[in-house]
Amino acid sequence: MTMRAQEAPAGRTAEPAVRLDAVSKTYGYGQDGLLALDHVSLEVGTGEFVCLLGASGCGKSTMLSLIAGLDRATGGSIHLGGRRVAMMFQEPALFPWLTVQRNVELALNGRPRAERRALAAELLKTVHLGGFGAKRPHELSGGMRQRVALARALAQDCDVLLMDEPFGALDAMTRDLLHDELERIWRDRGLTVLFVTHNVREAVRLGDRVVLLSSRPGRVVEIFDVLLDRPRRTDSPEVASLAATVTDRLREEVSRHGDH
Amino acid sequence: MATTERLLTGLDALETAAPRRASLATRVWARLWPVLLAVAIVLAIWQLVVWSGWRPEYAFAGPAAVFTDLFGRLQDPAFYQAIAVTLRRAVTGFALATAIGLVIGAAVSRVRPLRAAFGSLITGLQTMPSIAWFPLAILLFKLSESTILFVVVLGAAPSIANGLITGVDYTPPILLRAGKVLGLRGWRLYWHLILPASLPSFLAGLKQGWAFAWRSLMAGEIVIIIANQTSLGEQLHYARELADSPGLIATMIVILIIGIAVDALFNTADNALRRRWGLDQRPV
Ligand SMILES: Nc1ncnc2c1ncn2[C@@H]1O[C@H](COP(=O)(O)OP(=O)(O)OP(=O)(O)O)[C@@H](O)[C@H]1O
Ligand SMILES: [Mg+2]
Repeated sequence: MTMRAQEAPAGRTAEPAVRLDAVSKTYGYGQDGLLALDHVSLEVGTGEFVCLLGASGCGKSTMLSLIAGLDRATGGSIHLGGRRVAMMFQEPALFPWLTVQRNVELALNGRPRAERRALAAELLKTVHLGGFGAKRPHELSGGMRQRVALARALAQDCDVLLMDEPFGALDAMTRDLLHDELERIWRDRGLTVLFVTHNVREAVRLGDRVVLLSSRPGRVVEIFDVLLDRPRRTDSPEVASLAATVTDRLREEVSRHGDH
Repeated sequence: MATTERLLTGLDALETAAPRRASLATRVWARLWPVLLAVAIVLAIWQLVVWSGWRPEYAFAGPAAVFTDLFGRLQDPAFYQAIAVTLRRAVTGFALATAIGLVIGAAVSRVRPLRAAFGSLITGLQTMPSIAWFPLAILLFKLSESTILFVVVLGAAPSIANGLITGVDYTPPILLRAGKVLGLRGWRLYWHLILPASLPSFLAGLKQGWAFAWRSLMAGEIVIIIANQTSLGEQLHYARELADSPGLIATMIVILIIGIAVDALFNTADNALRRRWGLDQRPV
């Protein structure tokens, strides 16, 4: 029930799935350049669930974009060892002109038609949306759309799943349910997950480790190991007490910015 | 786990109760009565103006005379021939303009230097009144079908190209990012993402292009009279020459109705698209 920074919990394999070596990212050039990430180094073990936590604008999304290859780092290097990466955004980002089923099929490109159809249907069942394949995204609720987005990400048969505040816009009940779902899928598939949130309890509920980032420039401030047994509940006293510790540290970090 | 599943299914059922759509008759009536009311008001004003004696009847005919004339025309095969000629020109010109607009729009939205060079020129062309093209068109093609076609195409193509360019420009960035993560690149990115995403804007361009094509065509048919080739514009022209006020207004009504009908067609397509994609509702 205790936590201590920088201490490897049991069960995590040694070989990292994602390794960031002194990664920096500057937006713009020269005087107007904004240093979003400053020499961030981080290792995420294979099969590990890591939550990235930090105030708004500290570079969490930037970090995921760099790992996903949507943008280029201006310094340092990112090693994935040839692992496949999928990403989920805060918005479901589904294609409105395709049915739910087709949205998932699009990620299965390169396989024969019949196989794609069967696999997509299978994945929709995994996220408990078996009966909704023929619907269009706008006919679903926000939580259901995020589950479709999750199915689509899984369809890419990824090793590493990057999630950028995927449940930020959902109500508490739906979010709790999706936490359970995500945890189940993560365990069943042996995924490596890098999960961005600014909800401290969510981070503690889900993560093997919680990485706290500072703002402007983004740096790793502290890493918390979460040694609580799974499955956890967001409203359990253990989660609450660790979350309180993390929140204090986060507040400390944010208030440093008011000083200068 | 089973409880999770049951809870999720319960929430899903609560959140996806589809609203019932009204019956066809109700929807048709809801659309129809404002139109009927508007027509009644226009007819009443028209009749009042005629009764006021503002202009003599041979210059400005009343509804009764006009509709009698219109009824007579509807019995006359030559009238349908005129409509057929005009519609054939409209469809040919519009189809050609669509093809040209597509090619230019695709090239300009794709190739950056072209973009810089031609982007604003295309917008500029849109504001050019079609009647201003006729002197040049007549020099180039004399008084022929090609002259009319030339002006119709020039009137419509810029709007259609612009519709496509705007659509490509405004492809939601989040969808582009999602597409990249999904590994869409090159032509597959275009086919699966950019083209469908620009469809609503392209449709709006088509609709505007049609309006320009129709206007240019009417101008063309009045300016360029081709022997032995009757058309709606030509009938307008002769109705004026013969001071046939009922015939003139009757022909104008037919032109108006065709314009409205085609516009309604575009609106139907647009509405169907919006409903299918849920564009009027919560963003996806
Ligand atoms: N494309 C861009 N161009 C310029 N600056 C950018 C760009 N993207 C992000 N930034 C800046 O980089 C910093 C980090 O942004 P980022 O979106 O990564 O933060 P974040 O931690 O994800 O924030 P949030 O919690 O609000 O999502 C911010 O100050 C932001 O203004
Ligand atoms: Mg972000």
